[in-house]
Amino acid sequence: MAESVDSVIARYNSDASRLMDILIDVQSAQGFIGDPAIAKIAEELGLSTADVEQTRSFYHFFSKKPTGKYAIYLNTSVNAYMMGRDAVARTFEVEAGIPFNTVTRDGLIGLFDTSCIGMSDQEPAAIINGKIFPNLTPFRVKELIRDIRAGKSVEELVVEGYGDGQNSNPDVRAVVRNNIRKIGPVLDPDYKPGEVIRKKLTEMTPQQVIDEMKRSNIRGRGGAGFPTGMKWEICRQAESDEKYIICNADEGEPGTFKDRVILTERPKLLLEGMVVAAYAIGARQGILYVRHEYEYLKTYLEKLIAGAYKRNLMGKNIAGIEGFDFDVRIQYGAGSYVCGEESALIESAEGKRGEPRDKPPFPVEKGYHGQPTVVNNVETFCSAVKVLLHGADWYRSFGTTDSTGTKVVSISGDCRYPGIYEVEWGFSVNDICGMAGAEDVMAVQVGGPSGSLVGASDFDRVLCYADLSTGGSLIIFNHTRDLLEDVVLNFTSFFIEESCGSCSTCRIMPVILRDKLRKILDARGVKSDITDMLEWAKVLKSSRCGLGQTAANPIVTSIRNFRHLYDQKIRGEMRYDTGFDLTRATQEGMAATGRYTHAD
Amino acid sequence: MQKPVIATASLAGCFGCHMSLLDIDERILDLIELVDFNKSPINDIKEFTAECDIGLIEGGCCLDENVHVLREFRNHCRILISMGECAIMGGLPAMRNGISVRECLEEAYLNGPSVRNYNEGKVLPNDEELPVLLNRVYPCHEVVKMDYFLPGCPPDAELLWQALTALIHNKEMDLPYEVFKFD
Amino acid sequence: MAELSSFTIDGLKCMAREGTSIIDAARQNSRYIPTLCNLEGVPPKGACRICSVRVNGKLMTACTTKLSPGMEIENDTSELNDLRKAIIEMLFVEGNHFCPSCEKSGECELQALAYRYKMEVPRYPYFFPKRPIDASHPRIVKDHNRCILCKRCVRAVKDEKGRSIFAFLDRGFETRIYVDPDLAGQLTEERARKAVEVCPVGAIMPRDEAFKTPIGQRMYDKKPIGSDV
Repeated sequence: MAESVDSVIARYNSDASRLMDILIDVQSAQGFIGDPAIAKIAEELGLSTADVEQTRSFYHFFSKKPTGKYAIYLNTSVNAYMMGRDAVARTFEVEAGIPFNTVTRDGLIGLFDTSCIGMSDQEPAAIINGKIFPNLTPFRVKELIRDIRAGKSVEELVVEGYGDGQNSNPDVRAVVRNNIRKIGPVLDPDYKPGEVIRKKLTEMTPQQVIDEMKRSNIRGRGGAGFPTGMKWEICRQAESDEKYIICNADEGEPGTFKDRVILTERPKLLLEGMVVAAYAIGARQGILYVRHEYEYLKTYLEKLIAGAYKRNLMGKNIAGIEGFDFDVRIQYGAGSYVCGEESALIESAEGKRGEPRDKPPFPVEKGYHGQPTVVNNVETFCSAVKVLLHGADWYRSFGTTDSTGTKVVSISGDCRYPGIYEVEWGFSVNDICGMAGAEDVMAVQVGGPSGSLVGASDFDRVLCYADLSTGGSLIIFNHTRDLLEDVVLNFTSFFIEESCGSCSTCRIMPVILRDKLRKILDARGVKSDITDMLEWAKVLKSSRCGLGQTAANPIVTSIRNFRHLYDQKIRGEMRYDTGFDLTRATQEGMAATGRYTHAD
Repeated sequence: MQKPVIATASLAGCFGCHMSLLDIDERILDLIELVDFNKSPINDIKEFTAECDIGLIEGGCCLDENVHVLREFRNHCRILISMGECAIMGGLPAMRNGISVRECLEEAYLNGPSVRNYNEGKVLPNDEELPVLLNRVYPCHEVVKMDYFLPGCPPDAELLWQALTALIHNKEMDLPYEVFKFD
Repeated sequence: MAELSSFTIDGLKCMAREGTSIIDAARQNSRYIPTLCNLEGVPPKGACRICSVRVNGKLMTACTTKLSPGMEIENDTSELNDLRKAIIEMLFVEGNHFCPSCEKSGECELQALAYRYKMEVPRYPYFFPKRPIDASHPRIVKDHNRCILCKRCVRAVKDEKGRSIFAFLDRGFETRIYVDPDLAGQLTEERARKAVEVCPVGAIMPRDEAFKTPIGQRMYDKKPIGSDV
């Protein structure tokens, strides 16, 4: 029997700020969130249906209509297409007998598109009722649909054997593979959980912790690169009784999957990092915000947190430090890239739409529930533990002066060894290609869609905050790829799909640019279309958050670095072409009146 | 010096913009001194007999015939001007954009209250001679290149006069705020 | 009372209280910064981005950014004015804005800004989206064709328990305003009037009243928006 809406609401004490969790649990229990459920939630939480609907409708994995007993979400990322998504998707449609974004009439199977699910090194991949099915082929799809029709449970659909490392942990049981290709000081398996809390925190004042962080020169690993020590210090100095630590495990940048591997293989290191940060800023509560796509790690992570409490590494008087109390809860997302932006993430954790906030004030001043909050990336917390363990000087011995330490990068695309690599800052794009066994490389997308598409002439550029800054997504394309059609159009569509819609600029401009790009791809482009795109994209710089500000990067950086690809597509002899096609424009009118000939 | 030649057309419009052109009152006499008119409903010249300097287009494109006329204007006029809201953004005819052509035709010829009882054969006009409805109404500049845009519904007579004389004398326009309106 | 701080707008020395929003601080110094989504007495949202200014070189929205002493603000520059015009044009192509048939024409803030920035034609292609007119509520008509998603109604109009009557639905280019059917049904006359008043365009209209003011006497017929600053 599916759990009732009442019982879900009761579990969260009718707390409106836990609306996300309530919706997640109702979706999970019933397969959809219909009008009666929405009315019930609104009534019990003292909200209007409008209040509930605005949150419900924001997230990709909340559905107002039933999504099928087996809800299949097939990834639409560029990596999925490179690895044969078209054939896989077609097979799903043929075998299920329905087009995507519909449900079979018997309610058994639902097929849906979804943005990057963090499996770029094992695409095409789908999520079926929360479980990951990577490395799909048309053959495998036929098996899956056959087994679904035969009444097998989602667990029974797995035939591949579980993945490496903790993927085969009884609490995980995922087919997912870690593909760790290079280990550095952060991913070092020779790590004793709790050592820093017990041996270092007990001997250091919070200020000393912050000073050590500042001295290490470590900067945020999510991509923006804000100095971590400074962030902690500002938050520590903010006047408030309540402060919060939030770990951003919402990695949604297409091509990134390193946090998934850290969550799987080094979760204790991450949790320890959150405790360290809590000690430094004086926080009593923490939230681990994990993207919905990693729901399969839920039980595993919950048990680890419970274990930390048992070992006095969380909870009251941690490690015997009088008055040092810190609780952590997991907050799952529900399918939204923009929630990786720290203020949108906070909104989401408060049960609202994931719309970024205007800054200032920054979260360190006014964050979760209006209180000072540090939001850091998974990798930042992990690195912080190592900084304290071995000292700032040790940490600074890695990387460059400007970008100290190491970076865990996710490499995917056209290469023999996709996976994650922990490397020192300062490595070049050439190094990446060499490391991953990539040949005949035409382009590398550094930093995911919001980063830059770089070509051969830039392959000696290095990854660091001062040059090519990245949160860790590196996608390699060889010369068989059509960069504009396969990559730039895909990325631009991704930004359209994931825009929160709150800023006029980010809501509208990417759609205008995509249409313009399509016009060029349809062989109707002229030279001014290229200059228009560059000129028009500028309005995006006035958007509120990074998503909007970078939404034109795929187009702008590809024009800058691969101009010849555009020049080949446009009609050089034409000065003006609106793209208007009289034959196409009259088709509907001809058909409606039963006429068949038309002379243009 | 030869006088500049002007041509005008009303596509999917209501002739209101042409009326507004006549609304320049006695200055119409000055205009005739300044320019010659070629193809235009004002003088009823049906075909181009000369290459023109300025083409004034009222209305957007809702039929294939509008597209043909507009393209002809583009070929014969050095400067082409979108005159009024319909030419600029489709105007009221474009309110049908978003409704399928079939639904429009059926409402007009089969289901509408004024035709419901009279179209016994339930026929949608389909003679080959009739122009074909486009899938939606297109602003002129989404079909051919337009050089200037004079908004208004209709554009204020003062705006039309100022624009024409500025073009003819190759001067900057100096428009008072009140004449630049969309309604 | 807090002391006045000095700052500059386009190089001109200005004074206002620290912590005032830049948009208000500018107004107090007779400098106009255009806006569509900002509304006095309602928390700012920075939705339309039209009030973007450069603060010490950085693009910020003037409605959400608080004044601090010594700020050097760029406002009336060709870069920013073109940015604003571009945003206005984007809003015009995003929806279906048929000014000639709109009851709000002449009193519409979007149209008035287009006049002020002399928009002859948007530089972008029109989308002509298919959008409904929702006339199911007893006191108001919600015309989604004209909605620019400024969130003014969402922020300014709540019921007596603080619950939302208007809210955003979906996201990105699909975003639209959801009108709570129950609460809209119980809307008091006062709240209905407020919803109509706060809407900068003709997207929320009263059911029983239209074209009240003759052409020539409407708010923006004679004087551009911002003339009162």
